[in-house]
Amino acid sequence: MVTGGVTKFAKAHPAMDFRLMVKRAYDYALKEVPNLTADRIDGTRIAYFSDHFARQLKAASMVQDYLGMNPKGSVRIEWGGATGGECFQAGYEAVASGRMDVCLTAGFETMSRVPTWKGNEFIALASDTNFDFPLGGFYTGYYALMVMRHIYEYLRLNRFAHVKDEREAQRLAIAEGSRIMSLVSVKNHRNALYNPYAQYPKKLTVQDVLDSEMISYPITREQICTMSDGAAVAVLCSESVARELTDRPIQVTGVGCGTDTMRLADRPFGKVPLLPHESATDYSHLPYPGVHSFRAGRTAGIEAYRMAGITDPVHELDFVELHDAYASSEIQTYEDLGLCRYGEGYAFVERGDPFLKGIDYGFPVPRAGAMPVNPSGGLIACGHPVGATGLMQAVFAFWQLQGTIPKHFGDRTLQLPHPKRGAIHSHAGTGSSVTVSILERGFR
Amino acid sequence: MKARPPTFQKFREVQAELDRSGSALFRDAEGIESLIVRYPYSVTYIHSYAEDSPFFLGLAEGRLRGSHCTTKGCGFVYATPRGHCMICGGPTEWIDLPKDGRVHSWTTCHFGSEAFLKETPYNLALIEFEGAGSLLLVRLKDAVESDLYVGMPVQARFEPNPKYSITDVWFVPSK
Repeated sequence: MVTGGVTKFAKAHPAMDFRLMVKRAYDYALKEVPNLTADRIDGTRIAYFSDHFARQLKAASMVQDYLGMNPKGSVRIEWGGATGGECFQAGYEAVASGRMDVCLTAGFETMSRVPTWKGNEFIALASDTNFDFPLGGFYTGYYALMVMRHIYEYLRLNRFAHVKDEREAQRLAIAEGSRIMSLVSVKNHRNALYNPYAQYPKKLTVQDVLDSEMISYPITREQICTMSDGAAVAVLCSESVARELTDRPIQVTGVGCGTDTMRLADRPFGKVPLLPHESATDYSHLPYPGVHSFRAGRTAGIEAYRMAGITDPVHELDFVELHDAYASSEIQTYEDLGLCRYGEGYAFVERGDPFLKGIDYGFPVPRAGAMPVNPSGGLIACGHPVGATGLMQAVFAFWQLQGTIPKHFGDRTLQLPHPKRGAIHSHAGTGSSVTVSILERGFR
Repeated sequence: MKARPPTFQKFREVQAELDRSGSALFRDAEGIESLIVRYPYSVTYIHSYAEDSPFFLGLAEGRLRGSHCTTKGCGFVYATPRGHCMICGGPTEWIDLPKDGRVHSWTTCHFGSEAFLKETPYNLALIEFEGAGSLLLVRLKDAVESDLYVGMPVQARFEPNPKYSITDVWFVPSK
């Protein structure tokens, strides 16, 4: 990867349609690398999630057209919430296969053209329309079902195992889970205070998050990402062209992808696919994935780590930008990606591992900086214009590894000290498809 | 000549104007004006339940039908029916599920997508059945948030005037 660009994500960009948003991100990216001119781009991979949002089919062709990329080759990528991550990997594959030397990947979504609850309906049409959608058509409801079981497996049966009264034990576990999810929301919103691209930087407290509107019990409004308008681009090149274009290239050293059943109800109860640092005895009594964990995320992680030669992710990654559409799914994803064991996600947050050093969160974070997760603020604070999101993560990770966060953000707070390797993670509805890509500093 | 539509600086006011007159101008912080119009769209699909049809016909008869794999050595039992087995790829056949189950997980939705907002709050639950390897997602009625818990015994109820929808079945707490 040699460059990238992102538009500021916003609730609505009425003055820009999707073509102009992508153009802005594209111009920003090209300006960074003066030797990269449009004629050197061999082809494109262009991503957006839903034709419904702009009521424009083949919108990717219109982006291709607006950027002046015709008659080069192009493919539209769509894979639900993981659309951006898939697009990044499609660009990687175009280059790695030798088909292209330079591939432009671009993603966008304009979600403001319909009211929020209609937008929720479009998103929910990405659930089984025979069995799931007619029950409420509501993705927050599906994630609430998942975290409710996660809380049961890991807080009720563990932290509150000593409580005899079943219903009291479950009440305590839900309260504890809600509190810890709120810590994640505070982290991401406060990180975003230093990210000028973020849609909702906020100085929240745990109580603010808990007191925000209940959307689907136990998930509150401030634990959920929002609808956004936005675009992001990343340019991927063969190694020789990359070195010619920039002295600070970032290498893609691993790609992984996993999938799972569309319906939550069909998820099996089997064995945990293990990462190298885990053993079967860690999970001898854990039915997996059930509805508490994302098998697709675990599968994507295993593939990407293997390719990048990572055997102990928490010690071999300097940061992770992961798909926190919900504070709950951030905690579940720590476990899928092996940043902690299954069941340790809540303690991982409480210890402070995923927090950043040097930021005031309003509560003590003893191990801040141990394993920074979503230093950018993630989806919860940056927004989630679906097709752009996975590429936004790639751009933020790229700037982290280049050490250029101060330049692009106009603030050095979020720049980690000399990061060498990071992971990006893109996730579609209830974990039905997930990508993980590993990015490494490609220069000394 | 038609007069220019009214200009607004708040997007919310634009939406109200669209409902009134069908067009509006939005002026953003940088002074750029965008012309915004209403753009209605509706469609009625000719939707086939195809291989899932017997399930929905069953609901109308007060039957809850799952399926099980007929391959020897597999035999996976599906509470949400599948035409073919996801484990071995073999064909499945229809079975009757028990009308009693337990709550595997639950939530109360205080919002929903536009089509369901008027029904809020409603409960969703994943139901586990004795002998089945997968679950069934349903509405859970006659219970409020504070009543619900994982493991709660529940029973199926059927719509007396079936609409041929998954909402023809729902569960209630067992008596």
